[in-house]
Amino acid sequence: MSVTRTSVDHPESRPRGYLKACALIAAALSAVCLTETAVANTSNGYNLPMGVTSLSESMYALHMQVFWICVGIAVVVFGAMIYSLVKFRHSKGAIADTTLVHSTKVEIIWTIIPVIILVVMAIPAAELILTQEDTRNSELSIRVTGYQWKWQYQYMDAADGVSFFSTLKQDSNFARQLGSGIDPSSVPNYLLDVDQPMVIPSGAKVRLLLTSMDVIHAWWVPDFGAKRAAVPGFVNELWFKVDAGKEGIYRGQCAALCGRDHGFMPIVVDVRTPDNFKLWVAQQKAASKQAGLPVAGSPTAQVLN
Amino acid sequence: MAYTQTIDTAQHDPSHDHHDGPASGVTRWFFATNHKDIGTMYLVFSLIMFFIGGAMAMVIRAELFKPGLQLVQPEFFNQMTTMHALVMIFGAVMPAFVGLANWMVPLQVGAPDMALPRMNNLSFWILPFAFTLLLSTLFVPGGAPAGGWTMYPPLFLQGGNYVAMAIFAVHLMGASSIMGSINVIVTIMNMRAPGMTLLKMPLFCWSWLITAYLLIAVMPVLAGAVTMLLTDHYFGTSFFNAAGGGDPVMFEHVFWFFGHPEVYIMILPAFGIISEILPTFSRKPLFGATSMIYAIASIAFLSFIVWGHHMFVDGMPLAAQVFFMMSTMLIAVPTGVKVFNWTATMWRGSLSFEPPMLFAISFLFLFSIGGFSGVMLAIVPVDFQYNQTYFVVAHFHYVLVPGAIFAIMGAVYYWLPKWTGHMYNMGLAKTHFWLSTIFVNVLFFPQHFLGLAGMPRRIPDYAVQFSDWNMVSSIGGFGFGLSQILFVIVIVQCARGGKAASARVWDDATPTGLEWTLPSPAPYHSFAVAPEIT
Repeated sequence: MSVTRTSVDHPESRPRGYLKACALIAAALSAVCLTETAVANTSNGYNLPMGVTSLSESMYALHMQVFWICVGIAVVVFGAMIYSLVKFRHSKGAIADTTLVHSTKVEIIWTIIPVIILVVMAIPAAELILTQEDTRNSELSIRVTGYQWKWQYQYMDAADGVSFFSTLKQDSNFARQLGSGIDPSSVPNYLLDVDQPMVIPSGAKVRLLLTSMDVIHAWWVPDFGAKRAAVPGFVNELWFKVDAGKEGIYRGQCAALCGRDHGFMPIVVDVRTPDNFKLWVAQQKAASKQAGLPVAGSPTAQVLN
Repeated sequence: MAYTQTIDTAQHDPSHDHHDGPASGVTRWFFATNHKDIGTMYLVFSLIMFFIGGAMAMVIRAELFKPGLQLVQPEFFNQMTTMHALVMIFGAVMPAFVGLANWMVPLQVGAPDMALPRMNNLSFWILPFAFTLLLSTLFVPGGAPAGGWTMYPPLFLQGGNYVAMAIFAVHLMGASSIMGSINVIVTIMNMRAPGMTLLKMPLFCWSWLITAYLLIAVMPVLAGAVTMLLTDHYFGTSFFNAAGGGDPVMFEHVFWFFGHPEVYIMILPAFGIISEILPTFSRKPLFGATSMIYAIASIAFLSFIVWGHHMFVDGMPLAAQVFFMMSTMLIAVPTGVKVFNWTATMWRGSLSFEPPMLFAISFLFLFSIGGFSGVMLAIVPVDFQYNQTYFVVAHFHYVLVPGAIFAIMGAVYYWLPKWTGHMYNMGLAKTHFWLSTIFVNVLFFPQHFLGLAGMPRRIPDYAVQFSDWNMVSSIGGFGFGLSQILFVIVIVQCARGGKAASARVWDDATPTGLEWTLPSPAPYHSFAVAPEIT
């Protein structure tokens, strides 16, 4: 299906007209079939994105594993129900077997089997949690602060001193006003574009330190498998590492209701090669110097050290 | 003690009783102490709230019909999502179950009425005032609550006048629920007919007995949580204000300690209803009735230790994430037992498809789908992708609409002839069923896709790649909403008249239980003489 969140955006290629009931069923089936053939770093429109980080790929794999287990159980249980509905009809003269009211053996079996299935699912899940929570040895830390309704990115480590706000891009903001008369599909990356994206290097473990200055927000980029709440007064951590060769633009949105413009504070991450990233940092610092803003030893780094 | 009372009634010839009929005029309703009158009021109230909450859902789905804002401002949209949830949960689903309990518990345990009739009156009459207060926030400066039904601070506390009004309304609803629960527990514990041991009690009463304990356990917790919000807002406390040493996430813990049992409060009575309907129209007793009771009790117990699964992304220690994942997955076991037992009830039965049975079968399939997505959501690492998306919206609507609400509709179609004494229009009821089942899937199934593809919930406008499924979902929503008009037509027609219903109503099937030993409509004071259970 169409590309959704990559650097190559073709809003006009969006599929149209799935309104017939039969298309719904076809689409449900294709949701299953298309999964494996989807473009690696996007959602196909029906399923989770495979994403571009090891975390998002593991999440996707676990998601599919659990999904197929559920499908398997559904086939057995729904199969038995449908068989009963077809076979044991009063109108077809079925006589009820009123002695079939209890069986300790069967009931023990269908208690034990789900327990085993759940353990099978829980083990890889617990392992993945350990990986997810391991924010040690990061190469770049960025403090992300949520505001109603924008994000602030304050860089630490090698990019210490770089700091800026990121808000919904003007053209989306005009188009999204009630009765604007602007067709959203004529706006590139409608509601998913910002004035200044967060820039990170590929191949580096990036750690985000999330907090908020007002209400609870949540930072989420599906392609990174990264979502965490930004809670005022507290710092939450998350990490991701975009594989080398996956440079590009990745998009996400605030994922916690944060008031009137909750739907209008997108997240855009520009992943560059390490060299390009260094260049960008130098440019940012030069620009800040020109503007007379303090750069080195900014309070940003001290707050969180 | 209760038994002595019923024996007294037995010696008293009912024909000499001056209080055997309803009072006339409005006093019948304002001063109602009769379980049937109060049950009817609960059910009518719930139906009205179902349509008010439904109208709000229509606003939501109309705005989401296509990208861009066409109808309402984002702030009003947020008011709609918040109020839709509060009205549907506290106004539609819970009162409907209390109404069913009022009607059916005395009939099923062989009692003349509920144990505490005046408290029954109070617990109902609080509700219209509570909801008038809640709904009137739509017209005060600053509007209605817009921070989600979960009322998370600090967002909820940014509101205007609605803060105090909504909190007081929640307090009233909680008081009403607790009184209703006490009534159910006392009735079941003290007023069962002689010989009806607890394990002989119908599953609907069992599910309600356990639900009532859940309500008494968690409603005070909700009251405490919102009271802390109130003092934070008006009296300068800092329970949830980090600047004063508080913690916004603590609210989430307290809220969901209420909120998760609340989810089961809305589904356990539905389990009871399905366990009544399926055996009747399968012409075969419920499979594994005792293990069904244990399953409900296990689910109720587990519901207290899973609240953290609502807050995985909000910052939680690793050990807590693993614990809440495991405990949540464990709920799938007793829930699975229930679904398997229901399937085994139909197995080698003799099935016919009257409207209640149709709703029960639809419940089995669609509730199971909600259960599957529930297991997926329990898997913490992937929950980070699902959390706060339309996948969650799809999940809980599958559990609550074709789950709880279909069970309520099934119950109404099952017992309506017993209440009114008339059969209803079967064809119209079946049409209502088919339209509801088809549209509910058109409405909610695409929301799984939207959530997986990355659409956050609670947004009034969305990126264009989400357009198609939103349009499909909205069409399903309008269809589902309109179909419910048929439900009202069937009920009103049946209340006004129709073919007389026999005592057993479903003569062709095998309804069991004391309610079918009484004539239809059931006499005003249900069991003037306590029946003997052997």
